[in-house]
Amino acid sequence: MSTLLPTVAVSRPRFWSLQLYGYLLILPALGFLLLFTHYPALATLWESVFSAARNGHPARFVGLDNYLALLDDDVFIRSLWNNLLYALITIPLAVALSLMMALAVNRHLRGNALVRAAFFIPSLLPMIAIANLWLFFYTPQLGLLNKLLALFSLPAVNWLGEPGSALYCLMAVSVWREAGFFMIFYLAALQQIDPRLSEAATIEGASRSYFFRRVQWPLLMPTTLFVLINASMNAFRIVDQVIAMTNGGPDNSSSLLLFYIYRTAFSYWDMPAAAAMTVVLLVILASIALIKFNLLDKRAHYQ
Amino acid sequence: MRLLNLVIWLAALLWFLPILVALWVAIHPAAEQGSFSLFAPLTLQNFVNAWHAAPFGRYFINTSLLVVMIVVVQLVLATIAAYALVRFRMKYSGILFALILLQLMISPDVLILNNYKTIGALGLRDSLTGIALPYFASAFAIFLLRQAFKSIPLVLEEAAIIEGASRFYILRKIYIPLAKPIYVAFALVSISFHWNDFLWPLVITDSVQVRPLTVGLQLFSAPEQGVQWALIGAATLMTTLPLLLLFFLFQRQFIQSFMRAGIR
Repeated sequence: MSTLLPTVAVSRPRFWSLQLYGYLLILPALGFLLLFTHYPALATLWESVFSAARNGHPARFVGLDNYLALLDDDVFIRSLWNNLLYALITIPLAVALSLMMALAVNRHLRGNALVRAAFFIPSLLPMIAIANLWLFFYTPQLGLLNKLLALFSLPAVNWLGEPGSALYCLMAVSVWREAGFFMIFYLAALQQIDPRLSEAATIEGASRSYFFRRVQWPLLMPTTLFVLINASMNAFRIVDQVIAMTNGGPDNSSSLLLFYIYRTAFSYWDMPAAAAMTVVLLVILASIALIKFNLLDKRAHYQ
Repeated sequence: MRLLNLVIWLAALLWFLPILVALWVAIHPAAEQGSFSLFAPLTLQNFVNAWHAAPFGRYFINTSLLVVMIVVVQLVLATIAAYALVRFRMKYSGILFALILLQLMISPDVLILNNYKTIGALGLRDSLTGIALPYFASAFAIFLLRQAFKSIPLVLEEAAIIEGASRFYILRKIYIPLAKPIYVAFALVSISFHWNDFLWPLVITDSVQVRPLTVGLQLFSAPEQGVQWALIGAATLMTTLPLLLLFFLFQRQFIQSFMRAGIR
């Protein structure tokens, strides 16, 4: 017993100094996280229940008033609705396209790498650059889409200038950018499927579509889930193309949530309203993330 | 089968069309921009004109400095944080890790409102450091490196400690080299993310001296300029060229990185 005591006495401070060392190493990263993620999230929540400080009047507690005011704000409701529509339309399209792309480039195909690059490169480019590329198509006088219509003697359309079409034009751009990105994940998953399965299916005489329905698709389920969740989180953070292509117009028909927050905060300087909207956005993102952690942690699919 | 391959090829060509159109417009004289005639003369003049029409040189320097600063700091901070999480058996490491992972759902770009105030209070508005600061700690980098470090056998480290190696020596000679693929993967993803970032730099900058490429390009191609497709096409390609080059140089790593780094 007596021989053990000194070692305990020595290892205690050593234990604590190791702990301290560890905390010191983690401190810089944690400090930045606290300053730019946790603090602003909490501060936003706090500010969303206060009125704006004006002309020397301090901000006062107003409870849920800012949130109730949002319900009366047609543009907010419109943006929220647009954003939902955006998610509901672009996500299935992008995911379906990305699966088709992955199946296409997973074949023995001459120039495979080029085809892959053609699909993937759009997801590398800055959204601002992509917006410019697509303006070539959409612009009323010189745009390629209208030239195409003119070939068939159809009247020109003001693609981004009509409330009925502006949002859908933005959706096309998003789908174009995201599909190639999701393709990568499907491709990785397809390549992990044991080749013996396809050999066996060929020997049994199963058709390619039967093999896809009964073997590939079920095995791709975790990837689909993963892609769906990432796509949903991205769909609520979309803003660059709105600023670059339509500025929310015409008549707010293409305004999305983050864009409207940006405008409320930095054009109208209505901070309480912007804070309340940010909280709504954070709740949406957090709910998606919770689904993500619950579903994905069970079948870690990070490789 | 032949037919299907042809269809795939055509689909890929169609998918790439927006970029090809921009290229076509950029390398032909402005007068020819609508004709799409095969025999239109080629020119690089649009690139020269675009370069002189806006301070693109400055923008390039700003974006490059910004990206290098962010990626280097991210990797350094994430390395030591991940190492601490894996090897120091801290009492509260579980809670700390959960706090870190929160950033995966609430990214700094959503919190522009208060980050704008914070950067203002620090007196860093309209500076490159001000753009970079909110991104210095990356939960994603910490997450990836923690996973990589965890798979490194503890015996390696114990052997080194017995030999009298210091913690930092061990980190430099064992952990970082073994996690090299993760570093490459994260760096590529982070470079492309920050090269493309737009909303936050837009909000926090207002002078040419610190404006990055994306914001510069947006100002350049804003409708008030009058529609000069040849110039806009050239400028658009110019700004994306470094990423495209990077992609063609590291094509395999790029695709693998994005696979690995899927969770962002």
